[in-house]
Amino acid sequence: MTPSALDANDTASARRELRRRKLTAFLFVAPLLLFLVFAFVAPIATMLVRSVYHPVVSELIPETLEALKDWDGEALPPAEARAVFAADLKRLAGERLSGKLAEEINRALPGSSSTIKASARKLGRMDDAELASAGGAILAAADAAWENPKIWKAIRDAGAAYTPDYYLTALDLEMADGGGVQPRDGAKIYVDLYTKTLRIALYITVLTLIGGYPLAYYLANAESKNANMLMVFVLLPFWTSLLVRTTSWIALLQTSGVVNSVLTGAGITRSPLEMLYTQFSTVLAMTHILMPFMILPLYSVMKGIDPSYMRAAMSMGSKPIPAFLKIYLPMTLPGLSAGVLLVFIISVGYYITPALVGGTDGQMISNIIAFHMQQSNNWELAAALGSLLLAMILVLYWVYDRFVGAGNIKLG
Amino acid sequence: MKHLPAYFTFWHILGHYSLKWTAYLVLAFLMLPIVIIVPLSFNAEPYFTFTDGMLALDPAAYSTRWYQAIFSDANWLLSIKNSFLIGALAATLSTVLGTIAAVGLSSPVMPFKRLITALLLSPMIVPLIIIAAGMFFFYTRFNLVGSYAGLVIAHAALGVPFVIITVTATLSGFDRSLYNAGISMGASPVKVFWDVVIPLIRPGVISGGLFAFVTSFDEVVLVLFLAGPEQRTIPRQMFSGLREQINPTILAVATLLILISIALLVTLEILRRRSERMRGTEF
Repeated sequence: MTPSALDANDTASARRELRRRKLTAFLFVAPLLLFLVFAFVAPIATMLVRSVYHPVVSELIPETLEALKDWDGEALPPAEARAVFAADLKRLAGERLSGKLAEEINRALPGSSSTIKASARKLGRMDDAELASAGGAILAAADAAWENPKIWKAIRDAGAAYTPDYYLTALDLEMADGGGVQPRDGAKIYVDLYTKTLRIALYITVLTLIGGYPLAYYLANAESKNANMLMVFVLLPFWTSLLVRTTSWIALLQTSGVVNSVLTGAGITRSPLEMLYTQFSTVLAMTHILMPFMILPLYSVMKGIDPSYMRAAMSMGSKPIPAFLKIYLPMTLPGLSAGVLLVFIISVGYYITPALVGGTDGQMISNIIAFHMQQSNNWELAAALGSLLLAMILVLYWVYDRFVGAGNIKLG
Repeated sequence: MKHLPAYFTFWHILGHYSLKWTAYLVLAFLMLPIVIIVPLSFNAEPYFTFTDGMLALDPAAYSTRWYQAIFSDANWLLSIKNSFLIGALAATLSTVLGTIAAVGLSSPVMPFKRLITALLLSPMIVPLIIIAAGMFFFYTRFNLVGSYAGLVIAHAALGVPFVIITVTATLSGFDRSLYNAGISMGASPVKVFWDVVIPLIRPGVISGGLFAFVTSFDEVVLVLFLAGPEQRTIPRQMFSGLREQINPTILAVATLLILISIALLVTLEILRRRSERMRGTEF
């Protein structure tokens, strides 16, 4: 038998076989993909939509918005359009929804809430035919504010179903009167908060690195029996509930807590220090919680570094510090970047620990998102703030994937 | 490291010892906060700190009253039941789906491997508060907020990355020719998966499941947003306890949770050793 070249048939069947194997592999992954699309991806997508989609006003007064469509926004809208709004407002008063409209418009034009509510009360008793013919005049009689184009502009603007407003708020910006955007008056609330969050995350990353690098080095170079035993001291905190570790920091740091008892007992401080519910306690507790995420990747890289490289450098006359900087440190970079990015990514989005030990000073962006979700009920703003945070995390995750490879994460 | 080499200079020795003491200092920083909870949980007084009696080792200053308090409080009992129930169901769901997917992912011909892996691992990276807000918006449409089903689905999604990571790691030591042998003898991929792959990767699957269980067991942010009062879990109960009225019952619960983590750590170590043996020449 002589080996013959593959003919077209063989190529085709090989290609078919490969396609079949690819399909089989994909079918194994498909159930999980479907599950995650429902359980995880769709919720995130909903949040992203929520941050720009706000149809409340457009659902309350669809006819008014239709009538205002051709209005130039400069002078008072035409009488017919104002009459349509008067009819809409009467209907809302009957359905007890005028308060909701007032609240929405008030966000665009502070102070307009009382105008709308009072007018709705008066219009509720009016005759439909009368409103249709002289609605504009009746409104003006109810409140002089209806003669000012400003409130009509606010209504029209609030009526857009898709709005960049929440992103502007989240970035401390607002629409300028003549179009374009301008910085919002007063304090830069959210930008400052993002900066603070990044700063706290940076502190934590640096602290875990300062503590984690020498420990990982020591563990990687200790005798293996000793190292395995000490490794338990890293893994046990890693496996211990977050709530447990946060609880213990509260027990340690509170005014009558263990640390203060020791400090006053030893005469180091005369009165107890206020350590809990500050930025300090947030950074300290989170450094403790995230330290294993720095140590574990560093350890697994250092474990694979042959100590003879360092010995070789030193035997050829290098001093320890230059040898470390030029030989050892570059070899640990994969573990270093993994640990740094992991700790930074996790701390940027942290919620529980700042919520429990942070007080007002230690609040991070996640805490404000939770505040807008649970207390102020401004879900769209929460969604916009969350989307910005998500964008930040995804950039970091992309960097992580490029430099470390997401599939290379190791556990324990 | 007991005997330092003779050529070590003063600076070598100083460096050696300062490294050692830094390492021990960091270890102490890691362990002390966890160790300190245990004796505090036996405090006879309702304080979060050591009393004078405790420091003098007076037996009267210690008591198990906070442990009794856990087991006589309906809320704590409900939350313990819920934590185990939701954790077990969520871990099962993510382990089953995750293990099957990991087999597909570790195939050398898997299409869009990098992209899909990044997607499957993303629940680990996206901040919980974002996941919680999104799930709250989306699950409401299906009446899943305030239900056990909603929490199980949510926690299963969080557990998926851990199952994928552990099972793919085990599969990397798996000899694919065994799979191909099964196929070439005429078995269907599903049959080969059940009869050949699963028995060999079982330790990895179990540790992946344990990771998923712990993820759910320890999770509180999603519970805060998605659970009703009926679905309160241990971390949720601790969270409200720490916010509202701090009493040592929380320390007693924390001590029990530490015991659970120790048991878990031991189990994982046993599984790891078994999985390493399986990768050896035994089969």
